[in-house]
Amino acid sequence: MTVPYSWQYLPLLMHICFAIGLGIFMLVASWFIGRRRFSKVKQQTYECGMMPQGDARGRFSVRFYMVAMLFILFDVEGVFMIPWAVIYKKLPSLGCSRLFGFWEIVVYLGFVAVGLFYIIRKGILKWSDDRADL
Amino acid sequence: MHLILFILFAGLAIAGALNMLLQKHPINSALSLIVVMTSLAVLYLMLGAEFLAAAQVIVYAGAIMVLFTFVVMLLNAGREERTLGSKASWSVGFPAAVAILAIIASVILKAQGLGNAMLGDKITSTEQVSAVLFKELVLPFEVTSVLVLIAILGAVALARRGDGEERKDRR
Amino acid sequence: MTLDLLHLMPTDLFRILPEVVLTITGVLIMLVDASLPPHVDRRNLGWLAALGTVFALLASQAQLALLQLAERTGFYGTVETSTFSIFFHVLICGIVLVTLLIALDTLPENGHHKGEFFALITFGAVGMCLLTSAVELLVVFIALEISSIATYVLAGYRKENGRGPEAAIKYFLLGSFATGFFLYGIAMVFGATGSTVISEIATRVHTGGHPGLILLALGLMLVGILFKVSAAPFHIWTPDVYEGAPSPVVALMSTAPKAAAFALLIRILYGAFPALQPIWTPLLWLVAVLSMTVGNLAALRQHNVKRMLAYSSIAHAGYLIAAFAGAGNTGITAACFYTAAYASMNVGAFAVVTLISGYEDELPLIKDFRGVLYRTPVLGGALIFFLISLIGIPFTGGFFGKFFSFTTAMGGGAVWLVLIGLLNSGLAAAYYLRLIVSIAQKPEGESPVPPVAQPIGVAVSAALMLAIAATLVLGIAPGEVLKNAAEGAYELMPHSMQMVNSLVFF
Repeated sequence: MTVPYSWQYLPLLMHICFAIGLGIFMLVASWFIGRRRFSKVKQQTYECGMMPQGDARGRFSVRFYMVAMLFILFDVEGVFMIPWAVIYKKLPSLGCSRLFGFWEIVVYLGFVAVGLFYIIRKGILKWSDDRADL
Repeated sequence: MHLILFILFAGLAIAGALNMLLQKHPINSALSLIVVMTSLAVLYLMLGAEFLAAAQVIVYAGAIMVLFTFVVMLLNAGREERTLGSKASWSVGFPAAVAILAIIASVILKAQGLGNAMLGDKITSTEQVSAVLFKELVLPFEVTSVLVLIAILGAVALARRGDGEERKDRR
Repeated sequence: MTLDLLHLMPTDLFRILPEVVLTITGVLIMLVDASLPPHVDRRNLGWLAALGTVFALLASQAQLALLQLAERTGFYGTVETSTFSIFFHVLICGIVLVTLLIALDTLPENGHHKGEFFALITFGAVGMCLLTSAVELLVVFIALEISSIATYVLAGYRKENGRGPEAAIKYFLLGSFATGFFLYGIAMVFGATGSTVISEIATRVHTGGHPGLILLALGLMLVGILFKVSAAPFHIWTPDVYEGAPSPVVALMSTAPKAAAFALLIRILYGAFPALQPIWTPLLWLVAVLSMTVGNLAALRQHNVKRMLAYSSIAHAGYLIAAFAGAGNTGITAACFYTAAYASMNVGAFAVVTLISGYEDELPLIKDFRGVLYRTPVLGGALIFFLISLIGIPFTGGFFGKFFSFTTAMGGGAVWLVLIGLLNSGLAAAYYLRLIVSIAQKPEGESPVPPVAQPIGVAVSAALMLAIAATLVLGIAPGEVLKNAAEGAYELMPHSMQMVNSLVFF
């Protein structure tokens, strides 16, 4: 094997180059193809078809924060499951039984399930009726 | 090639970090933090830590930055103002930061034989990480889920109004 | 316990049994709390938490059976069961039990997230217990985080006035910074020695390597831990946080996480860096003097009872750290004993303050405490008793704590430290006496102070009795606790550093 380590990331590099290239292409193409005529209405801030009103910098509800916070927590737990999936079949060669590996993740996911049950029952994820009263 | 990549991304990380500190608007700071996080992920990858690099992108550059942005929106934090106190903390904090950097740098540079890593020199695959994580470090792994549980509890307890409490400022 | 747990379950599980019991209790509380309809009072969950804590305490006691085994560590060398860990487990479970009992009777009737409150305390106890038995720095770090996050949240529990959130944010920001230091220290020590197991680190520090890195690591870790025990110069957060946090929470966070952090300090200094003792002894000498002096001088000027007790707790951290100037395992013994004595009297003092001031701190000032002895003699008497113990008058735990700490430091040759400590104790008596005098003064007729209204509940009287009993036992018959502390110290010390005639004060 004389192929350097970094070569296996060549597809990643190509992907990134393609993404950046696509962005540049779209900007440049619209510059050439599109027509530029400005009017007062066109220069206004875009707000979903209605006339813009108020300041964009109002305070947002704490709900957004809760969702982001819970997303991080479950994201982290999800990330930890990748290495488990990678190793599970090879556990016996490490000197641990499959059952051990099974219980490892069952306990772990059990805690996740408790957390999920808790936030659902408290109505944190329910935005329509205000039971959580955020 | 390795050196070029290293200089490129280390430079990006440092530039991003400086920009984060110098920007006056919190959203700009948060966005430059993404640059720092992603550059760090590349640096990890160059050291052969594949899983760490992926986790860095998923957790830090992804999830945590979303949270930062939401917090900025939640607080409606505007442009930072330079007050007398912030100027004073600059004048104390900057030399202190330089001093700490100098101490750590001198200690690390003095310690001989710390070794250096080259791209592709030593690759730690996800499999190797999991072999340690699910055998020797099984206890910290399980305890992490308790940590997550307590974070959920804390967030709910602090963000919600009390059970059965009257809401005074309903909009 | 008559149950032979040793043969009933895997040894590894038995080694973390108290933590497992507490975790199961916490999860149960969470599940029940989430299942109940919103308006149902969650008070009974507190009894569930207390019951779980009692079981955890019994489980720690049962762990004594593990000491017969040759193997002392479990889970691939990440946790260790020893007299030392059991000593702190029992202490922490005791404090948590007392705190839960206080909270049961003093939390407001409804609308206060009671379920979360009890669950957070229980989970926090998991972290604190694990902190004292962990011998691997990653487990130490996660345990530290669990106990810290629980206390950050609990500190901000009174959301109605601005002080609660202020306390929580200050504590959280500074605390996270301190944990960051600690984590950086772990990274450095791993870089220098290639291990995160405490005993491994000790041998590799001994065989040389990177002295600069190791010193840096020790310094960074010390910053992190000294913050947690609120020793000067890392004490700035203490008064504001104690003032803003609810009193039952202060009763917990001024004692249990500190006890765990002291256990960690002992483990890291004597377990991982015994080779560097000539370097860290003078450092701790300085920290002890600073903590005592700064704490006492600032406490003299306080009008708020909780702030005064906050500064007094900084001073007590100083008295305790003075024990580290003592040689070998006598130092550990004295430090362990002081932790127990300080915890029992401080948790008691805050229990009484909760009852007198009220959960919302309606009567926060020293002059508000005027005449308490006449209005509710039981509370006044109990507070005077705890204050006397904090002063360090004989027949209380505080006296023997100080006595052992100072004699150990004396034995270690730190005469100046002891002199400064004694001077400080005298100084401290002044502000404690000021509060005692205020309590014992006859109430004025037109006093604007409303009388202490609430009847003393069953739970909180049990808590008070437990604290009084502990303080008295430690003050009259300290032998048994001291023996356990000495055994723990003996097991903890690397054998090269054992002193044959260890108990100089006998």
